[in-house]
Amino acid sequence: MKPTFLALTLAATLPWSAYAAEYRQIQADQSAITFVYQQMGVAMEGKFRRFTAQLQFDPERLESAQATVEVDLASIDTGSADGDQEVAGKTWFDTSAFPTARFVASRVKALGDHRYEATGQLTIKGKTQDIVVPATFAAQGQSGVFDGRFTLRRADFAIGQGPWAAFDVVANDVQIQFRLTARTGE
Amino acid sequence: MTPHYTPVAKTLHWLMAVLLFGLLALGFTMTDLPLSPQKLQLYSWHKWAGVTVFLLVLFRLAWRATHRPPPLPDHLPKMMRFAAHAGHALLYLLMLAIPLSGWLMSSAKGFQTVWFGVLPIPDLLDKDKELGDLLQTVHLSLNLLFVAVIVGHIGAALKHHFIDRDDVLTRMLPTRNLES
Ligand code: HEM
Repeated sequence: MKPTFLALTLAATLPWSAYAAEYRQIQADQSAITFVYQQMGVAMEGKFRRFTAQLQFDPERLESAQATVEVDLASIDTGSADGDQEVAGKTWFDTSAFPTARFVASRVKALGDHRYEATGQLTIKGKTQDIVVPATFAAQGQSGVFDGRFTLRRADFAIGQGPWAAFDVVANDVQIQFRLTARTGE
Repeated sequence: MTPHYTPVAKTLHWLMAVLLFGLLALGFTMTDLPLSPQKLQLYSWHKWAGVTVFLLVLFRLAWRATHRPPPLPDHLPKMMRFAAHAGHALLYLLMLAIPLSGWLMSSAKGFQTVWFGVLPIPDLLDKDKELGDLLQTVHLSLNLLFVAVIVGHIGAALKHHFIDRDDVLTRMLPTRNLES
């Protein structure tokens, strides 16, 4: 291939891909998925250390937006080693049988003012629920940041059964917070 | 002159004796339990009772500062007097330091204390695993020392009663306020 031709091809594709501004690649080191719940009336925080996301998000072309987020449940950090071990067990996540939690967005709607709403299905421990996840999106050049939170009820996914099923010690509502930083694809 | 403690001092002494005995027993047993809702509940109760003891100690110290305890019997040699005062000072110090270390440990471990599930006690320390583990060791060590001092305290009281046959034990007992 002649160098001039190469340069021409590059010149033709570069501006186009910059325009498209489709955010696809999650920057793990600038992303976080955390959760907050009540234990004996006290707010407790935890996080997941490992998760992956496949993303196709262009604010200008929401109809083709896609997102799949997978969380490695064994990477949980509940704040204590005891807790981490406990929630891996059968009555909680049963991570040996159900290692990942998956959210697949089927539709993304703009609410204006950088606010969006993703409708999709959340699957944990073999149970699937339709959920709506609100998030803001702020683009800074090559990277964009999604920030959002939603509340799930752990009982809907059989998380915490048996002795943990009552909500007096560990509440049913769990607030999931996420911050996902994505870069535009090359 | 009455050789007895004031009724308030007596009430505080025995109320705290019961609470502290319960806290020690609860502390040593709850930590060995496997994780369960009961364990979390016991931890909360332990923390609530511990904070209560801390507040009671503050009140008790204020009471003691304004109501001098009856003097020690005259027959006590100087060394024994010193040992008695030092022992009591150490008990007060530990009754303050143990709940403080428990509170700071809870903060460092990221488990806030909410007194009786209602009143949140601010976390002075940020979450820090290593510091939390260190404070857990501090809490445990202070408690072991506390148990040793309590054993000495009870032993001394019994010695006064059965060997010296003085009124050091009886003047703290709930009844017998009439005797001179
Ligand atoms: C005078 C009051 C207190 C006494 C006598 C006491 C006594 C004890 C004892 C004996 C233990 C077992 C130590 C071990 O085996 O590691 C313990 C553990 C513990 N205490 Fe206290 N405590 C008091 C106050 C508090 C307070 C105020 C708090 C928190 C606000 C607290 C929080 C804890 C916690 C979280 C543990 C468990 C540590 C672990 O996870 O191993 N304690 N306490």
